[in-house]
Amino acid sequence: MRRTHRPATLDEALDMLAAGDAMPLAGGTDIYPAVAQADAWAEPAPARLGGGDLVDLGGLAALRGIAEREAAYELGAGVTWSELIAAELPSCFEGVKLAAREVGGRQIQNQGTLAGNLCNASPAADGVPALLALDAQVRLQSHGGTRELPLADFITGVRETALRPDEIMTAILVPKLPEAARANFLKLGARRYLVISIAMVSAVVVPTSDGRVEDLRVAVGACSAVAQRLPALEARAVGQPVHSLATLPTAEDFADLTPISDARADADYRREAALVLTRRVLAGFADSSVSEVAA
Amino acid sequence: MTAYPLPKTDSASDERPRIAFTLNGQAVSVEADPGRRTSELLREDLGLTGTKVGCDAGDCGACTVLLDGQQVCACLTPAARLEGAELVTVEGLAGDPRYAKLQAAFQAGGAVQCGICTPGMLMAAAELLDRNPAPDQAAVEDALGGVLCRCTGYKKIVTSVLAAAASQPVEVESDGGVGQRFTRPDAVAKTEGTAVYGADGAPADALSLRVLRAPHPHAEFRLGNLDGVMLRHPGLVSILTAKDIQGTNGFGIYPDVKDQPVLAEGYVRYRGEAVLALVGTAEAVAAVTWQDIPITWSILPVFDSPAAALGPGAPVFHVKHSKNILIEGLVERGDATAEETADLAVEGAWSTGFVEHAYIEPEAGWARPLSDGGVEVAVTTQTPYMDRDEVALVLGVAPEQVRIRPTVCGGGFGGKLDHSVAPVLGVAAKTLGRAVRCTYSRGESMAATTKRHPAEMTARLTAKDDGTLVSFDFSGDFDTGAYASWGPTVAGRVPVHASGPYRVPRVRAKSRAIYTNNPPAGAFRGFGVPQAALVHEGLMDALAQRLGIDPLELRLKNALRVGDTTPTGQVLEHSVGLVDCLDALKPRWAALRAEADAFNRTAIHERMGLGVACMWYGCGNTALSNPSSMRVALRRDGRVTLYNGAQEIGQGSSIVMQQILAETLGIAAQKIEVTTSDTDLTLDAGKTSASRQTFVSGRATQLAGDALKAQLRRIANAGEDAEVRFHDGAIEVIEPGNRRRIDLAALPAIPGQDGEVAEGVGTFDPPTTSLDAQGQGTAYATYAFGAQIAQLTVDLELGTVQVRRIVAAHDVGRAINPELVEGQIHGGIAQGLGMALMEEYLPGRTENLHDYLIPTVGDMPEIETLLIESPEPLGPFGAKGVGEPALVPTAPAILGAIDDATGVRLTRIPALPHRVLAALKAKQ
Repeated sequence: MRRTHRPATLDEALDMLAAGDAMPLAGGTDIYPAVAQADAWAEPAPARLGGGDLVDLGGLAALRGIAEREAAYELGAGVTWSELIAAELPSCFEGVKLAAREVGGRQIQNQGTLAGNLCNASPAADGVPALLALDAQVRLQSHGGTRELPLADFITGVRETALRPDEIMTAILVPKLPEAARANFLKLGARRYLVISIAMVSAVVVPTSDGRVEDLRVAVGACSAVAQRLPALEARAVGQPVHSLATLPTAEDFADLTPISDARADADYRREAALVLTRRVLAGFADSSVSEVAA
Repeated sequence: MTAYPLPKTDSASDERPRIAFTLNGQAVSVEADPGRRTSELLREDLGLTGTKVGCDAGDCGACTVLLDGQQVCACLTPAARLEGAELVTVEGLAGDPRYAKLQAAFQAGGAVQCGICTPGMLMAAAELLDRNPAPDQAAVEDALGGVLCRCTGYKKIVTSVLAAAASQPVEVESDGGVGQRFTRPDAVAKTEGTAVYGADGAPADALSLRVLRAPHPHAEFRLGNLDGVMLRHPGLVSILTAKDIQGTNGFGIYPDVKDQPVLAEGYVRYRGEAVLALVGTAEAVAAVTWQDIPITWSILPVFDSPAAALGPGAPVFHVKHSKNILIEGLVERGDATAEETADLAVEGAWSTGFVEHAYIEPEAGWARPLSDGGVEVAVTTQTPYMDRDEVALVLGVAPEQVRIRPTVCGGGFGGKLDHSVAPVLGVAAKTLGRAVRCTYSRGESMAATTKRHPAEMTARLTAKDDGTLVSFDFSGDFDTGAYASWGPTVAGRVPVHASGPYRVPRVRAKSRAIYTNNPPAGAFRGFGVPQAALVHEGLMDALAQRLGIDPLELRLKNALRVGDTTPTGQVLEHSVGLVDCLDALKPRWAALRAEADAFNRTAIHERMGLGVACMWYGCGNTALSNPSSMRVALRRDGRVTLYNGAQEIGQGSSIVMQQILAETLGIAAQKIEVTTSDTDLTLDAGKTSASRQTFVSGRATQLAGDALKAQLRRIANAGEDAEVRFHDGAIEVIEPGNRRRIDLAALPAIPGQDGEVAEGVGTFDPPTTSLDAQGQGTAYATYAFGAQIAQLTVDLELGTVQVRRIVAAHDVGRAINPELVEGQIHGGIAQGLGMALMEEYLPGRTENLHDYLIPTVGDMPEIETLLIESPEPLGPFGAKGVGEPALVPTAPAILGAIDDATGVRLTRIPALPHRVLAALKAKQ
């Protein structure tokens, strides 16, 4: 029978993972439902949970808290959605905070972690688009050493990541941006609260002092196996006035998305919704907060 | 699995570590697997069953507790996380004044119906008030957004939290007479976590039962020798198969249709069908997977729609029904195809999918053997007497050998009118001679139990140029799934109601219930009428558009009135309040229209629209006897006891009966003791279905009270008109010039009844007749009427719909308790909104509460309720039903409002965003 271990230190946790077939348990908001689903049909637990034990990371102080470093903000892997929402962070975090508010209900926000959301690697993971737009990196640690990967390289497919069986994600790193940077996020679902998104979009803009785009990042989630940035749109935006960004996206910008049809929506709808959401996310930058900076 | 070395500090030894924490202010230390769900730790190891389990997946929030002040789902919290922490559960609220005021507000504010979500709601609200002592409505919704409620429509929960935050004084209690708000007595236990539901009350030594279910929708199977499984899983006590059924291995609603096996006999007709039942320790039954079971499946082609099941190549699913047609229904009056007197016609086709009841309490119960060879079953149910008879049939014993003791029911909506755990538990308890318990997981509750019938419906409505209706021709196919369940009821009820609550001289309405390889479709709030209402209301809107007549005025013009004849030839003599409902809506219709016009002048990518829809609904069984009996007893010490067999499922029927009796006897409701349904103690009050309890059982209660008074008059040798007054411990019988006091202590006791000296029994069977081959006759003794306005906005770019407001006018005859009536209307609207916009059960795809969506607190519109009282002489104090009626008009009003906003009429529900957008594009 599957057992759960409760290491007191990161070293102990890494020992347990190094020892064999085991997987880390963070907030539990994905693992327990997967177990329930399997139990209902008397199936073995899904392969992605492995057949082995769980290593509960909940007791590891090393993974807690948000720290400001020289070039980046470091979000410990134990940081929950609620902790992120409550944290005082620069305005470029506004997108990921909006995403956090749209995760499940408040219970899930109190329990689930951003890092767990990334490691679970659902195509509809609420945290991914906003963190992609922030050019976030992830720190992975094992007894073999520590490595840092761009988030875009970390998630490799539907529920597939670059995390090795002996590794733990210990932190998410968000590179610092100019103070004027702004972020936005929109999630589309068929109900309010507790909803898996049909499509979602996050964007980060760095404006110039005269209100033009110095840097724009846009990421779309739930419309491909892994959330995607829109590089063509981002490149075209540079130098454009921030207040008119919403007019920029066209259907071609979304051509590389590979949305699926499922119970929530069909593929064509997702593609189209991504365009509408992107326009609205960008329109959000035209409001006073940006013009103030521009003024 | 190969063992691997782990550090010494870990818990790899079989000994479970101790976890020490503070629970509701007390230090506790308990041995537990570190990964055990905290919900299980609380309920199974610590005996605190106030924390409810609805999904084990964080989807419903029923198990919400406070961990170090934060609301979390106990089902997602590993026990190890409790170490050194402070945990507060619903049982700990009453001891803290900050939280106790929430409980009081919930009790007084109508926030509690079935009560299964109540602990979760209270805990979520408790966290909010800790963080934000003066929240606004939006903050309350954010805080409660993670807890699902299926009964209340959330409105009274939100207002109760706001009232508690504002420390509003709780209203002074009324005496519970008819027409008064009266706090339901069961709300106390439900807010304190002490109410005992199906999963809560099993004896500590009960074995666990777990059903293994077919993963294939259509297959044959062969089971190998199961002895090896028993050997490999030492905690197993038995594996029950079809061979273990000693009586009839079949159950079903109708006496002649017992087509669903308790455990399949080598053949399964739907995914989720019960194949075998594991009995043993909780750990042992949980550990078994299909991989452990020697079974060979032969997968057969799947026929998962009526068209497929009626088409070539479909096998015969049940030998009695060679064409896979379970039953056909017909109502025909006049020649609906002769349209020469009509000036125009509108027609269309509609389709609906499966809708899941999604009560937050999964099916659960426990059974124990009785010394006479029978069994006692405690089960969450809407129909104790039918359960009794069914369990007896399956066991091969007399009905009197089975005692059904319903637990508190955590939501039913028709789903618990069917049999789930009771038959198999009965078999296990009798076979093994042990107490046995079973709780369905959310996944099996969704996959295995009944749904609302999917419908494919077409209809044509004709009228004169002035809007007078001429004819209505309807045909509907209903997917009844693998087994009959309540399919015949749906097929029978729909044709009676198909043309809507309107004067239509010529009607033909045909229905069929068709077997398929889908889950069984059964009873769900409205028995097919909500589906049919989409059609008649859609056509009324289409007619109004064609004629350029206001949709409300068109309905008013054609609304049924007293003296009108229905399509079954029944003349309506009383209590036809539809015109009153529409009149009450008129001013709101005009005001909301003006609001929408103003909105649309400035909105950019949204449009606001209004829809109105009407309903009617026969209370009680269709053209069948459906009596209720009630018994009232007077004890020597003057106490009055109501033996109430009308099953409470959260709607408040127990309070309704109490209030009716209080009014009948002229005493305060608080003075009445109630013994609730127990097949050994109460009389048969039928099923909690068909919106019949207030009307039928309520009348029986009134008659029982009258009978008690009559007996007291006889004891006092007084005439029929003498007044009977109940005092504490004494009775006075008063006639002009004669006032007698009955000395209760001197009366002989009724034999066998502990201390009872007088009683009254009342039975009421609403007068109906059978329907002839053309569906002519008196289908129901009375009908409920109602009309609702929906105001909503449609996002033209995304196809999303936001319902802003529902104004609901319902003719309830007499509101016995307005708070409860409003609760039914709010809850019905929530379910109607879900059906219209988001709910779609797809076998194999939406078998959980994150893929199958029901409305959250954030999806609810503002609701205005207008209670119309057009008294029904047969009903108690004029009352009739409202449970199902409240749901019926919501979805058609929403579709009408989408049409009004966009010019697009959706004919397939749910109106998911992608479907709305596709329809908008098709129009362009």
